[in-house]
Amino acid sequence: MAIEVRIPTILRSYTGGEKSVQGSGSTLSELLKNLDAEHAGLRDRLVDGEALRRFVNVYLNDEDVRFIGGLDTPVKDGDTVTVLPAVAGGAC
Amino acid sequence: MLKISRELRDMIIAHARADHPDEACGVIAGLAGSDRPERFIPMQNAERSPTFYRFDSLEQLKVWREMDDRDEEPVVIYHSHTATEAYPSRTDISYASEPQAHYVLVSTRDEREAEFRSYRIIDGDVTEEPIEFTE
Repeated sequence: MAIEVRIPTILRSYTGGEKSVQGSGSTLSELLKNLDAEHAGLRDRLVDGEALRRFVNVYLNDEDVRFIGGLDTPVKDGDTVTVLPAVAGGAC
Repeated sequence: MLKISRELRDMIIAHARADHPDEACGVIAGLAGSDRPERFIPMQNAERSPTFYRFDSLEQLKVWREMDDRDEEPVVIYHSHTATEAYPSRTDISYASEPQAHYVLVSTRDEREAEFRSYRIIDGDVTEEPIEFTE
């Protein structure tokens, strides 16, 4: 089973510099645990406790997973998961 | 140092003025590794706030994919402060996640004169850099 996970520049230290890694799982949660087994520490940058971190965007194909199930979002072979740190800031 | 055309500087300032009093935000893309800002991409501020900005997540995906297709990267990430100085705030620093980008800050707190400054923000460290305006 192969799900492609695209990794942003700032997280490539966890993947040996690779911008894309493969993982497996039937939900996003399982996929992230699976990736973390090979790329230790990656999951913690995306998940805080039992929820996705607020200022990291995770997409399943063309959709933001926040709107389709968060960590419980089902994933399958051939899907592409993309991670992008949110671009944000403010006056204080 | 940031080298940027006057035209791009003017486009950033115009965007900041147009969205004032909300913070404006956007990207200037350039060829990966070139350090040359070329393509102006104003973004929606999904927060629509005078004190906070955030790229809309789906718009960000679209723009990041486009840059990837074109072998580009974000060379400049800009946003405006509407009542405070053009200096990165604590949240600006903590959310900065493109280490190769020049973080441009504009302040529109003065009606007549916009402040326009540039910074590198890497691993929580802020360094202001000089700007050279080109034709």
